[in-house]
Amino acid sequence: MIAFLIKRLFHALLVMFVISIIAFAIQDNLGDPIQQMVGQSVPESEREALREQLGLNDPFLVQYLRFAGNALQLDFGYSYIFNQPTTEVILRHLPATLELVFATTLLIVLFSVPIGVYSAIRPRAWLSRFFMGVSIIGISIPVFLTAIMLIQLFAIGVSWSPFPADTGWGAWLNDLITTEGGMPAYGRGNPVPVFGTWATNFASLEGLTYLVLPAISLASIMLPLFIRLIRAEMLEVLQSEYVKFARAKGISLRRIYFVHALKNTMLPVITMGGVQIGTLVAYTILTETVFQWPGMGLMFLNAIQRSDVPLIITYLMIVGLIFVITNTLVDLIYGLVNPTVKLTGKPA
Amino acid sequence: MTTTTPRVASRWSRFRGSYLLYSFKRDLIAQLSLVVFIALVAVAVLAPWLAPMNPYDLAQIDIMASELPPFWVEGSDPTYLMGTDAQGRDLLSTILYGARVSLIIGFGAVALQALLGVSFGLLAGYLGGRVDAFLMRLADIQLSFSTLMVAIVVGALVKAIFGGATFSAYAVPLLVLIIGLAEWPQYARTVRASVLAERHKEYVDAARVMGFTSRRIMFRHILPNTLSPIFVISTVQVANAIISEAALSFLGLGMPETQPSLGSLIKSGFDYLQSGSWWITLIPGLVLVVLVLVINLLGDWLRDVLNPRLYKG
Repeated sequence: MIAFLIKRLFHALLVMFVISIIAFAIQDNLGDPIQQMVGQSVPESEREALREQLGLNDPFLVQYLRFAGNALQLDFGYSYIFNQPTTEVILRHLPATLELVFATTLLIVLFSVPIGVYSAIRPRAWLSRFFMGVSIIGISIPVFLTAIMLIQLFAIGVSWSPFPADTGWGAWLNDLITTEGGMPAYGRGNPVPVFGTWATNFASLEGLTYLVLPAISLASIMLPLFIRLIRAEMLEVLQSEYVKFARAKGISLRRIYFVHALKNTMLPVITMGGVQIGTLVAYTILTETVFQWPGMGLMFLNAIQRSDVPLIITYLMIVGLIFVITNTLVDLIYGLVNPTVKLTGKPA
Repeated sequence: MTTTTPRVASRWSRFRGSYLLYSFKRDLIAQLSLVVFIALVAVAVLAPWLAPMNPYDLAQIDIMASELPPFWVEGSDPTYLMGTDAQGRDLLSTILYGARVSLIIGFGAVALQALLGVSFGLLAGYLGGRVDAFLMRLADIQLSFSTLMVAIVVGALVKAIFGGATFSAYAVPLLVLIIGLAEWPQYARTVRASVLAERHKEYVDAARVMGFTSRRIMFRHILPNTLSPIFVISTVQVANAIISEAALSFLGLGMPETQPSLGSLIKSGFDYLQSGSWWITLIPGLVLVVLVLVINLLGDWLRDVLNPRLYKG
């Protein structure tokens, strides 16, 4: 176990090292800090002196070590847009994203397990087929389009009547597609401050209404993935010998499904879940852009559009760190839950 | 003179007797999906001849005719069947051209992914050792970041390096490159897994004993036996690449609005959603969803039929 732990930690450090090299290369090649600092009228000789003073003429390795040293102290310089230390900017935007991700995860866990298990237990029931059909449609709709449709349906409202209103069925269909709208779809509203820069949307009913549409959009892309995964794994487990044996022993079906089979179904789901965190973060960029949700994703996109290099780098490093930590944790949990996993990571 | 029947059945007759065709004939969803897919590809390819106007030609655009609704809504103009966008471009024509751009990028990116992924997967699986460890670590890292995230970051960097104008001019090849580079690990892992399953079989040993080079064994002997997972992955990857392109375009890191793909059309329409012009966003959106959906359905069907041992996780 200790060897596995050390190996995993070493791997994590290696990944962070690669990310920091990439981040440094970006900083080195994009944007000239001198140009950002001084005006047009400053002569070349003074620029050169400033460059020398800031150490921009040092060898690559020296510059990288300086960058890495600062990075270890979470000092990535100042954001051009906000004119504040980038870590402060990120910390201010972090709670919004975390709350969105948390709400989405709640939705995913609440719905994916029962639906996935149900459609594995009764693969031929019409309800299972319906869930499978909906989930493949869900996978095929890009997250930003789901978000846009939700905005049209529940925020703006639908008042068009494309069907002939003088016929009975036309009027009925028109009624069916007409919605009121009125759900908040832009920003976070007035979140309740908890402490420091952290204000929460979970504390008030009004705050929760702001969270509904973004969380549903974000869940719409992840939920089908998990439903399909849980169903596939559960189907496989239900075929296995020990389930047949448990059934032969006369254990109640409910116990077999939810105690014996579900436990082994969740193992691969945990690993998948860890991998999907990366996808989730990528999708927060899209969701936050549509809903103008003031989180890290929207901030990152703004930073890209306005070439705020320090902020871009900080985002990459911090998101990279989050990925590496979650992946390492998932591996460790997996090793703990399933002792048969080869902990040394040697190929079989 | 008597005609001798060939000992080996021709490819066509083999196809006709195959399980693939048999299950296709029995699967209504697969047939419908294929019909819709072929229809969409056909209208996209024939866009310059089918479209009522050329959305790239500024002379044909009438700004006075902007934001006209589609034909079934009041206030529409019969010249513009699906209405017009905010710049006065005929939406139907723009969608046809846009679907073309989306498909070109989707297939181009998958071709690049397949080239990279299959080569790396073969190398990693066949050579093993350090090459394997290095390539798979790289794939793991990229996958843990998720392909879309990598595409967004690479897209942002490429755009920053080249500048907005150059990026727009070469948007199609650049997007193929970005999505291709971001999504090769899927292929590599699948190919590697099947190579590992194949490489200890007797025919590979036989080929090695006969003195064939590694390259010949990899490409001529092992590769053909790993084709079915590659097929299955390819369908899903085309759908993914089209969605990735749409997402990049939606974020403003993809096709410019002068040469829109379906994604950038959706983006340009999104700004007018509040003013009630829903069609600019929702009609291209519907086309995109249908396109991706039929590809996914075909991929699902193919996976059920070929049933390869896909690399999980």
